[in-house]
Amino acid sequence: MWEAIPRIAAGVPVTLLLAAAAIAFGFVIAICSALSILTKRPILGPIAKSYIYLFRSTPLLVQLFLIYFGLGQSTLIRESFLWPVLQSPMWCSIIALALNTGAFSGEIFRGALAAVPVGQMEAAKAGGMSWWLSFRRILFPVGMRIALPSYGNELVMMIKATALASTVTVLEITGIAHKMISATYRTIEIFIVAGAYYLAINFVLTRILKTIEDRVSKHQ
Amino acid sequence: MLKGISLEAHEGDVVSLIGSSGSGKSTLLRSINMLEIPTSGRVRIGGEEIRLKPDGRGGSTIASRRQIERIRATLGMVFQSFNLWPHMTVIQNVIECPHHVLKKPKAECLDEAAAFLDKVGILDKRDQYPSQLSGGQQQRCAIARALAMHPKVMLFDEPTSALDPELVNEVLQVIRLLAEEGRTMLLVTHEMRFARGVSNVVAFLHNGLIEEIGPPEKVFGNSDSARCREFLAHFQDKSAQ
Repeated sequence: MWEAIPRIAAGVPVTLLLAAAAIAFGFVIAICSALSILTKRPILGPIAKSYIYLFRSTPLLVQLFLIYFGLGQSTLIRESFLWPVLQSPMWCSIIALALNTGAFSGEIFRGALAAVPVGQMEAAKAGGMSWWLSFRRILFPVGMRIALPSYGNELVMMIKATALASTVTVLEITGIAHKMISATYRTIEIFIVAGAYYLAINFVLTRILKTIEDRVSKHQ
Repeated sequence: MLKGISLEAHEGDVVSLIGSSGSGKSTLLRSINMLEIPTSGRVRIGGEEIRLKPDGRGGSTIASRRQIERIRATLGMVFQSFNLWPHMTVIQNVIECPHHVLKKPKAECLDEAAAFLDKVGILDKRDQYPSQLSGGQQQRCAIARALAMHPKVMLFDEPTSALDPELVNEVLQVIRLLAEEGRTMLLVTHEMRFARGVSNVVAFLHNGLIEEIGPPEKVFGNSDSARCREFLAHFQDKSAQ
C-alpha cells in the first residue's frame, strides 16, 4: 500500500489538469448557453437548449466513448485538422468533460441569472448603462453569488468525473491505480489510496469555495 | 395601458401623478426613460425626441441604444422597491454610474457621493451594504444614487409605497428638499397631502387617461372631474379615520 502513494501521486497533476481545463472551457460554454437562452436568441437559444438537454440526459461515459472511439470512425475527421486533437485521449477527455459540465453549469447559471431581481437591471438601465456594462457590473456578479453553492457542487462532481478518463487510457489517479491493480491484484489498498487523493483534492476545493462564498456574501 | 396622454413638464416643475392603481401613472413615468416602451407616441426631453422604430410585431422598440443610454443618464430614477445593487456598499452604489457610465475619475465620484449621502442624511452608512439598512435609508441611498448623475429631471415611482409608515417621512423630507432646490421632478405617489404641498402641477389619471390636470389647489380643491373628487374623497376618509 505504501509504495502506491508516490506512484499514484504522479496522476494528481493529470487529474487536476483534466478538471481545470474542463471547468475553464465548460464555464465559457455555460455562460454562453445561459445567456443565449435568457436573451431568447432566435437560433442560439434553441441550440443551447438542445445542447443542455442532450448532455444532461446521457451518461458522461457514453459521451466520452462517442467522442474518443466514435469520431475516429469518420474518415472526414481523420483527414481534418482536428485529428491531432481528437486522437489524443487527453483532449477527448477534456472535450467530453467540458461539454458535460458546460451543460450542467449552463442550467445552473441560467437559473441564477434569472433569479436576479428585474429591478436591479432596471436600475442599471435607468442609470444609462449599456446592456454589456450592466451584465458585467450587476447581472453577472449578483447572479454568480446566487449560483455559487450549486456551482461549487458541480465543481466537486467534476473532480470525481475525471476518473472516467482512465477508460480511454489517460493515466490520471484512477488510471494509474487500475494499472497497479492489474499487476499486483491489491485492489482494496490501491483504491483506498486513489480515493484518498480525490478526498484531499476536494477538501482543498471545498475550503477554497467556502472562502470565496464567505468573502462575496458579506452583504447578506 | 395608456390611451392618448399628453403631459408637459417645464424646467423647475414638480409634477405629481395621482390615481388609483392600474390607472397608468407608473406606466407613464416609466415611458419617459423607456423602461416601458410605448406602442406609439413621442417622448421629448429637453427638446430631444427619443427615437423609436417599429419592432415588427405591432409595437415599438428603441432605435438608437446610444441615444437612449445618453438620455437615461440625464434622468434620475427612484423606484418603489429601491433596487439598490446588493453586492455593493452604499457609496459604491452611488459612484457606480458616474464612474462607469459618465467615466468620471473615481476620486471625484467619491467626493461627490459623500456630499450626496450627507445631503440625504446617511453619510454614516457609506460602507454598509443595502441589506443592513432600513427601508427609509435604502430609499435615501437610491435618491443619492440618482442625484449623483446630476440629472436634469428626477423621476420618482411611488418612492414611499414600500416603506413602513414610520419611515415614510424621512424620505418625503428629502424629496421636499429637492423640490425646494428647484429641481424638475415627476412623482407618482399615493401621499396626497405631500403631493398637494410639494407640486405645482398635479395630474389625476384614470383608466390610462389624464382626467384632470392643474395646480394642486384646483385638483384638490374643486376638480371638474367627478371621478377625481371621488378618488380624493376616499383619501380624505382614510386620513380622517
